[in-house]
Amino acid sequence: MELRPIFTVAAKEFHDRIRNRWVLAVALVFTVFSLVIAYFGSAQQGQIGFRSIEITIASLVSLVIYLIPLIALLLGFDAIVGERERGSLDLLLAMPITRTELLLGKYLGLALALTLSTVAGFSLVAVLLWRYMNSAALLHYSGFVFSSVLLGLAFLSLAIFLSVLARDRARASGLAITIWFFFVLVFDLLLLGLLVTTGEHFSGDAFAWLLLLNPADVFRILNIFSLDDVRTLYGLASVVPAYLGSAAVMGGVMLLWIIVPLILAKWRFKP
Amino acid sequence: MTSTSRNDRSPDPTSSVIALREVHKHYGALHAVDGVTLDIPEGEIFGLIGHNGAGKSTLFKMMLGLASITRGDILVAGARVNGRDFRAARRKIGYLPENVVLYDNLDGLETLNFFARLKGAPLAQCPLLLERVGLAHAGRRPVREYSKGMRQRLGFAQALLGSPRVLFLDEPTNGLDPHAIRDFYATLRELQHAGTTVIITSHILAELQERVDRLAILSAGQLRAVASVQALRERTHIPLVFEIDLDVADRATAAKLLTATTGAQPELTATGLSLCCAREQKMRVIAALAPLSARIRDLRMLEPSLEDMFFGLSAEAAATPPAPTPSWN
Repeated sequence: MELRPIFTVAAKEFHDRIRNRWVLAVALVFTVFSLVIAYFGSAQQGQIGFRSIEITIASLVSLVIYLIPLIALLLGFDAIVGERERGSLDLLLAMPITRTELLLGKYLGLALALTLSTVAGFSLVAVLLWRYMNSAALLHYSGFVFSSVLLGLAFLSLAIFLSVLARDRARASGLAITIWFFFVLVFDLLLLGLLVTTGEHFSGDAFAWLLLLNPADVFRILNIFSLDDVRTLYGLASVVPAYLGSAAVMGGVMLLWIIVPLILAKWRFKP
Repeated sequence: MTSTSRNDRSPDPTSSVIALREVHKHYGALHAVDGVTLDIPEGEIFGLIGHNGAGKSTLFKMMLGLASITRGDILVAGARVNGRDFRAARRKIGYLPENVVLYDNLDGLETLNFFARLKGAPLAQCPLLLERVGLAHAGRRPVREYSKGMRQRLGFAQALLGSPRVLFLDEPTNGLDPHAIRDFYATLRELQHAGTTVIITSHILAELQERVDRLAILSAGQLRAVASVQALRERTHIPLVFEIDLDVADRATAAKLLTATTGAQPELTATGLSLCCAREQKMRVIAALAPLSARIRDLRMLEPSLEDMFFGLSAEAAATPPAPTPSWN
């Protein structure tokens, strides 16, 4: 594997997203939403204004779980199938670049754009709330931003895989929406249904392991579990055993969610 | 136009830049390419023609390493296309796909820079190539504003990055005006003199027949013929047509003379006579007309076009399985 072709493709993808203001637009969306949530997150308790970083993160987590997977899927779904449909894929592959290098270059460039817009979008909130935050709060918030980036990268990885899988852009976009629906809306309902129908016989540990099959749930555990105040609020402590709840384990699972779809994409991307 | 010296030289596999050996491509029961063996020597401009679905694109893609080879072997620029060393060989291969679609958001120069980086070609080449294809003035304009012809020229410039030894051009003159087509072939001649081998497909057969050294006719995945246009004419036995412009008073005399020598019956046309005869009778016809030479206003001899031969060979191929052609083994 050579790095130069990977970086060439990555640089082009990244510059494209800077130039068409994609990065700026997504960063703005994150900024606006996070500011609104930070200030009005406690409105249902009859209060307005920033209260605690933990409550803010807990509210932001719900937002991020909806938004980031969608944005990442929309960013990556036509990475390969778009080139194929346009007719430029053959031209690219006739260059001295392997299919794996092309995939990695695409992924890297898009990942950089997504990371930049996520970090930039959430940073403004941190700057504005600076005076309310001590070092522990800052650490929590950085952890939240970092895990949001990982969540984005995991769904981007899924997007690249379906972009290799789908025969045309229309199918790819359909698949992207389906994946979003499944992981963000349907998956938890299915688990809940399973829990209710099996009742007592379904052991808590097995349930926690099932949660790892959804990167959105991994993200939720990663953020909520580390916050003492809200852990009990969400009732997660009763579901996720302590050995699974550690940031290192969950981070590792998230990394798997980034790597495995890319490996599958490489495996499917054949002449 | 075609240099006769290179017309019928038999290909030497050791000097061939492109060598195909018993190449097959099967999609399930469909044999898209069925046992193609072919040698293309260095510095040749080689045409590949065939109906839609004849296997042209598949063959092209296999030679570029874009499609897997079911059976057989392909060497391009000294490297086996499915082998590990083909990556290095790709630096010396230029490719212009059919209906090239480049990136709308980049400008002409950025497009070339991107492909130059991928190919490992010097970036300094890019402005020079833009100039060579006549796009120097549009280098800073986004490709989305380019006309079809300009896109095609930019695609051609892209194919020339890295001074390739082998050029694969799929319908390269699509969307070009006659002037640009002439410039395009002039550039190909220059490249040929520098030793570049060119493989070209075009559905405009009249355009190819004057410009390629040799060509291959592909039908149902098999090669029906590989030869120069001249050699094809001799092989296909498609009759010549003489058009003779004569006064009305002389037409009957001329018709009688022609029937006597060739046995064929000339037809009356608006300006004189038209005669269809076998290629071997060419000189006999001219001799027969000699007594009337003072009265003939004009004489035209029409050779069968590549199109005539193409349809002739395709029809033949449909009727019988292909016979092995002596010039490629």
